[in-house]
Amino acid sequence: MARIAGIDLPKNKRVEIGLTYIYGIGRSTSREILEKAGVGPSKRIAELNDEEVAKIRSVIQTDFKVEGAMRSEVQMNIKRLMDVGSYRGLRHRKGLPTRGQRTRTNARTRKGKRKTVAGKKKALEKK
Amino acid sequence: MGRSLKKGPYVDQKLSQRVEVLNKSNQKKVLKTWARDCTVIPEFVGHTFAVHNGNKFIPVYVTESMVGHKLGEFAPTRIFRGHPGIKSEKTTTPE
Repeated sequence: MARIAGIDLPKNKRVEIGLTYIYGIGRSTSREILEKAGVGPSKRIAELNDEEVAKIRSVIQTDFKVEGAMRSEVQMNIKRLMDVGSYRGLRHRKGLPTRGQRTRTNARTRKGKRKTVAGKKKALEKK
Repeated sequence: MGRSLKKGPYVDQKLSQRVEVLNKSNQKKVLKTWARDCTVIPEFVGHTFAVHNGNKFIPVYVTESMVGHKLGEFAPTRIFRGHPGIKSEKTTTPE
């Protein structure tokens, strides 16, 4: 089993897909890496020899930001938005969607589980 | 969709001229503006803009990390004061 960037890669998947288990690598980055390393994308991870693994590892190390470094970069970007006092920063602070989506309904990904607020009772009698 | 790179960032002409004048004479003045859609360019750094939010002017001091954003992003147009009917709980319950 290949271990790259501190992540164990699934051995039965194609390398192209397997690399995407690393945070910061998607399909296109994965393909780019493999091209640079000179490894065929259709190979299975288990079929890679040590040399190929080492090559992939060095390509990632030199040209790409992954895992911890990537996570901290994302956090820094969000923090910058908040510090600068921009609208997007405010939305991040409140945990609401930042790109103008509706919040009257939905937006559950950002807002999390529904928190029911005691509803207003219907007016029974008028005065 | 993003703006075409060919055109470059949108900067309000009048506003950038006013900033230019201030930069040449090394002055700092609060610039009142309605141009919320104007991109912050490096020349703006260090100036204070009074950006209109539809009601009044919000002072925005431009720092380096604000470059590339729009002026309007720093002057919110809505104030959220909590949901209606929450504080009136006590007044509605007695029956």
